[in-house]
Amino acid sequence: MSNNFAAVGILLIFAIALPVIMMLMPKILAPNKPHKEKLTTYECGNETIGRTWIGFKSNYFLYALVFTAFDVETVFLYPWALTFRKLGTFAFVEMFIFIVILLVGFWYAWKEGALEWM
Amino acid sequence: MDALNQLPLNIAATIRSLFGDSHSIWADLTMNVINIILVIVLIVLAALILILLERKIAGWTSQRPGPNRLGPHGWFQTIADALKLLGKEDVTPAGADKFIFKIAPMILFALPMMTLAVIPYGKGMSPIDLDLGIVYFLAISAVSTLSLLMAGWSSNNKYSMLGGMRAVAQMISYEIPLIFSLLGVVMITQTFSLSKIVEAQSTVPFVVLQPLAFVIYLIAGIAEVNRAPFDLVEADQEVVAGPFTEYTGLRWGLFFLGEYGNMTAVAALTTTVFLGGWQGPAILPGYAWFFLKVGIIIFFQMWVRWTFPRIRIDHLMGLAWKVLLPLSILNILLTGLGIYIYDLVLRIGG
Repeated sequence: MSNNFAAVGILLIFAIALPVIMMLMPKILAPNKPHKEKLTTYECGNETIGRTWIGFKSNYFLYALVFTAFDVETVFLYPWALTFRKLGTFAFVEMFIFIVILLVGFWYAWKEGALEWM
Repeated sequence: MDALNQLPLNIAATIRSLFGDSHSIWADLTMNVINIILVIVLIVLAALILILLERKIAGWTSQRPGPNRLGPHGWFQTIADALKLLGKEDVTPAGADKFIFKIAPMILFALPMMTLAVIPYGKGMSPIDLDLGIVYFLAISAVSTLSLLMAGWSSNNKYSMLGGMRAVAQMISYEIPLIFSLLGVVMITQTFSLSKIVEAQSTVPFVVLQPLAFVIYLIAGIAEVNRAPFDLVEADQEVVAGPFTEYTGLRWGLFFLGEYGNMTAVAALTTTVFLGGWQGPAILPGYAWFFLKVGIIIFFQMWVRWTFPRIRIDHLMGLAWKVLLPLSILNILLTGLGIYIYDLVLRIGG
């Protein structure tokens, strides 16, 4: 087990090193002639107006909130799924109560229109 | 056939026997490095073949020849394209957040390498056999969202920004049904290990026991790798190329490799979890069955891409939250109930 995660560590080193090495290739092979016009932001030929890094619409934030709730739920659900055949009726019923509580929250988010794209 | 089936294992044993003690740390290290290099070769080969295949299938579905000039039937086209990308200038826009702009494609390229390394390609042929296989796979593949957001944000381009934001909204939405659909299989097999899940499918593949989860996973998987009809992220007519707008040369090529690698990874996990992985009649070796099934899933993804029009963004989000998510929770409930009754009957009967 620990041995396998050592292998993942080696894999991580490779995964970091390989793209870096690959990006060295165009340094050698490709031309590099930066020009003021070439480095401007692409916007179909127009000059870009205003800033890009602005506040974004809050819809995305609502989705992120609901996502967080369900993502945390998966953290509970996965260990439960792993052992629920051994734990018997108690764990079975308890997890369904847990899911129902979450579904109530989900229903509320749905009713309040958090899931509508505007 | 048995000899052919065992061939990779025998080669591995031969390499190990070159060391004095075949289970010393150096033997393990060498085997790991060889396995990792094989995975890298697999990704690059898969990308080269799949890009050509995609263009051929695109041509075939819209009744035109596709690439047909370079080499027999145009088979060398992607190699020429790859070589051309190597010689293209690597432009970083003046307004960009340079460091994040540069590392975003590298992250996307590293992810399929990390995920494909835990897939069992045959009996005892996982490059890295993790006990936490499924959890590891999901955790790593979730990072691709971050890469697209980094690319979209750092480019300092409005199209990129919109594309990056769409990428996050879409990918986190489809991640929930994706994760939930795999839960049913974990409940049946009681393990996270991918090789044990494949072994549990020796009698019947889980697509028969979990048809709903299979369909949910297939749809969410296509959305997760941003392919049509869910390619809102890169929708050419709306946001040019989404987060990839400002990228050029090999840095853009890394994104491309990463996208095709992720697609292969999703298909490989579908095969492993639902289609029985390397299990199959003994007329072909196990790894051949595995790649055949992966090929079928990838063909299906391409077929869908060139058949259906892109769906609207509100429909996209609605499908994830109002259809797939309730269905996947229903699947968990049904699976739980089914297993509970099955165990109860066994206890009373035995």
